[in-house]
Amino acid sequence: MSLPRGWEMVIGLEVHTELLTKTKLFCGCANDFGAEPNTNVCPICLGLPGSLPVINREAVELAMRIGLALNCRIQDSTFHRKNYFYPDMPKDYQISQYDVPINAEGYLDLPDGYRVRIERAHMEEDTGKTTHLGTSGRIHGAERSLVDYNRSGVPLVEIVSGPDMRTSAQARAYVAELRAILVAVGASDGRMEEGSMRVDANVSVRQSGEPFGTRCEIKNVNSLRSLVRAIEYEALRQIEVLEEGGSIRQETRHWDEDRGETSTLRSKEQAEDYRYFLEPDLVPLAPSAQWREHVAAHLPALPAALRRQLSELVGEVTDAQADTIATVVDLSLHDYVLAAVAAGVPVTLALSRAANEVASQIDQRSQLSTEAFIDTIRRENEGEISATQSKDVLLTVLVTGATPAQIIADKGYVQMASDDLAGIIDGIIAANPDDWSRFVEGDPKVVQFFIGQVMKATKGQANGKTVTEILNAKRG
Amino acid sequence: MRSAREIAQSVRGGASAREAVEAAVAAVAARNEELNVFLHVDAATALAEADAIDARVAAGEDPGILAGVPVAIKDNICQTGVPTTCSSKILEGWRPPYNATVIERLRAAGAIPFGKTNLDEFAMGSSTENSAYGPTRNPLDPSRVPGGSSGGSAAAVAANMTPLSLGSDTGGSIRQPAALCGLVGVKPTYGLVSRYGLIAFASSLDQIGPFAHSVTDAALLLEAISGHDPLDSTSLPEPAPSLVAHLNDGVAGKRVAWVRELVDGADESVVASVEKARNVLRDAGATIVELSIPELRLGLSAYYLIAPAEASSNLARYDGVRFGQRVDGEDVTAMMEATRTAGFGAEVKRRIMLGTYALSAGYFDAYYGQALKVRTLMIEAFSRAYGEADMLLGATTPSVAFEFGSKTKDPMSMYLSDVFTIPTNLAGDAAISVPVGTGEAGLPIGVQLLGPGRSEASLFAAARVLEKAEGRS
Repeated sequence: MSLPRGWEMVIGLEVHTELLTKTKLFCGCANDFGAEPNTNVCPICLGLPGSLPVINREAVELAMRIGLALNCRIQDSTFHRKNYFYPDMPKDYQISQYDVPINAEGYLDLPDGYRVRIERAHMEEDTGKTTHLGTSGRIHGAERSLVDYNRSGVPLVEIVSGPDMRTSAQARAYVAELRAILVAVGASDGRMEEGSMRVDANVSVRQSGEPFGTRCEIKNVNSLRSLVRAIEYEALRQIEVLEEGGSIRQETRHWDEDRGETSTLRSKEQAEDYRYFLEPDLVPLAPSAQWREHVAAHLPALPAALRRQLSELVGEVTDAQADTIATVVDLSLHDYVLAAVAAGVPVTLALSRAANEVASQIDQRSQLSTEAFIDTIRRENEGEISATQSKDVLLTVLVTGATPAQIIADKGYVQMASDDLAGIIDGIIAANPDDWSRFVEGDPKVVQFFIGQVMKATKGQANGKTVTEILNAKRG
Repeated sequence: MRSAREIAQSVRGGASAREAVEAAVAAVAARNEELNVFLHVDAATALAEADAIDARVAAGEDPGILAGVPVAIKDNICQTGVPTTCSSKILEGWRPPYNATVIERLRAAGAIPFGKTNLDEFAMGSSTENSAYGPTRNPLDPSRVPGGSSGGSAAAVAANMTPLSLGSDTGGSIRQPAALCGLVGVKPTYGLVSRYGLIAFASSLDQIGPFAHSVTDAALLLEAISGHDPLDSTSLPEPAPSLVAHLNDGVAGKRVAWVRELVDGADESVVASVEKARNVLRDAGATIVELSIPELRLGLSAYYLIAPAEASSNLARYDGVRFGQRVDGEDVTAMMEATRTAGFGAEVKRRIMLGTYALSAGYFDAYYGQALKVRTLMIEAFSRAYGEADMLLGATTPSVAFEFGSKTKDPMSMYLSDVFTIPTNLAGDAAISVPVGTGEAGLPIGVQLLGPGRSEASLFAAARVLEKAEGRS
């Protein structure tokens, strides 16, 4: 969307991601807050008197991976206390990095090459989760509130971009690319809808070339789609205020997905004084040079590099293939594709099956081993099963976890013999004389029509390649 | 009462641990009502632990260097299932579901945690008058305070209820009551003893340490509880220094500094005791040097910004949501306010407000930030002093034990009780208070020896020289 009358958006994003550690940031409790409420808790993450935090090594390692992937300077860092009272924060302060974060001053290149600066990517602990019962679901007017502390102390990394994005599309591309990076380095599952990745958007508008305007921070953005909607709504709102001669108040605004609007949550004047001070229960975090080097040396391939690698395998990449590659990389399905290519399967076939069938059951991916993926599409490629059967086998593996061989046997998936096919094709030619004439005259598009008819007649048991061969033979 | 060393030796040799615990139970029964030392004693459990020790010895095991010794625990140290109040209404009825590391270490050394002792609420005070459960009386003169904040732990040993006790020292809360009760009291190097399970007052200053009648007993207890703890990030990584082995090393060749700022303003009798100590150490072969460390005068001001600032954050969690007392309110904010208004005493509220103010936007640099700079100056000043001397000598407190109510109306006069002890906490160093001489009404006077981090072995050896000269043990 382009803005009217010479206005330009200025967007900076703060992205919180939960880290995929086995345990919490400062205690040994399982990092699994989907469990029964208040079962993954201990004196430390409940903030019981006398308990003390001890930093989780795995969380530091994942934070360093994020910093490396975002081209940040990894540095010795400290933790502060951010003080405010809230029932789901057991100590009534949050341990967070403040003036000296572990990762500073990096950048992220969007797929189109546009560079967004990363100011910092710092570590902090998550809070518990409050459920307000009765009335509105918000704290005011609730009859009672229940707090689940399973999430309390879960490690977070907050990634703060520079105010570098100028369109909602760039903001969307930034979050998509960042999510792909976080997933690729194993730091996050990248699920926005479930809240394991949360985005706050700082939005202001200005006339192109003018200094930055006053910004508003938008919270409660739970998907890429709402991010775009919220930013565009907010920019237009600010333009309207400014064009009517008003001024923008610096404030935090809440995005209402159903109404498609932002509204004031709190103004700058109402902002809390967090009384930050150095956390005396922790010592400075100073990863050894050896550890930093180890993490750098073992950093998994990043999305940009993977897209490049897959593109090179394809050769001439169409727009549709570029999208397929992007999907495969975003969902971290490249391992399937690369393994299949290594086993001799054509890259386009592997990409297509990964970006469609596997992507459609992404939550079930642990059911599908690389071997099963290769086994299925190799059978398809060698004509042992049809494309339709191959897709069904993949989906069945994803749902049930059975082996392709078992599924093929159970469903009786075999390619129809050429002789049987020839009879069926004769019938279809007889029923569609006009199309046959066009085919004989050399219209290449009609071949798809005949393949479709054959598939319908054989319930997908025909091999498309064989059908084409038979048709060509009959044309003479 | 037998010393801890004697009890442990005899128990390890087959004598009854139960007898030692029974003696403690009887002493508590005789005087606790009068003195208000213990807030909680579970005699049955302590006796059962003693029986278990006896059984282990009978089975040929060695329970450890404190076998069968009952140890009183300041009630800001968590013990599984045992009421822990910090002498505050806000924690009334709370029973921790876990043990402080020092409790585990005591048990590992064969000691028996024996009851929870009174303190100034959340360790904020110097007389134990700030307890929500009434003041503790000084066993040597019940019209006077035992000092504080670890007044109950000092009184437990002074009244011969237990041979040893644990306190915590944030600005002098072990050394000052030790001085006022005629005991040995130690503020160990920051990080030597795990703080895990010590309910925080000011995290960067708090340290658990021992009370005992003798330097030897104090050394046994400190050895038992010190050493690295993976549960405390600020715990020192190095192995704890060996103390008992060096108790009789003496002070020959040591440079001991007479520090003007550590006696200025003290009563005449107190200065006389410090002079006496100086002479004893000189006679034992130490070289006496005179030093002035003007930065020490800034300690009190810096302390009363840093400690309340940390406390304002540490005490935020007492909000009525998860544990302890709750007073209902219209909404969650009102509930928190009502709970904290009813639950905290006046001195705690004063410090929370002071600390919140010192950390607030617009005031941070002038108060908390400035105090941190002073703290750095003090660390540097100590470091220079320890270039010229191995240890510093001074008074522990300006006076002997004072009478109830004599300082409660003027917080500043109460705060001044800790003027000589606070600098050590700010520096994170070690110090020991040992009784030398008496003052007004025959009450004991404490002399303080200060050393750099991990200098406990030399400090204990010097304290032992003073103790012997006093004709004790």
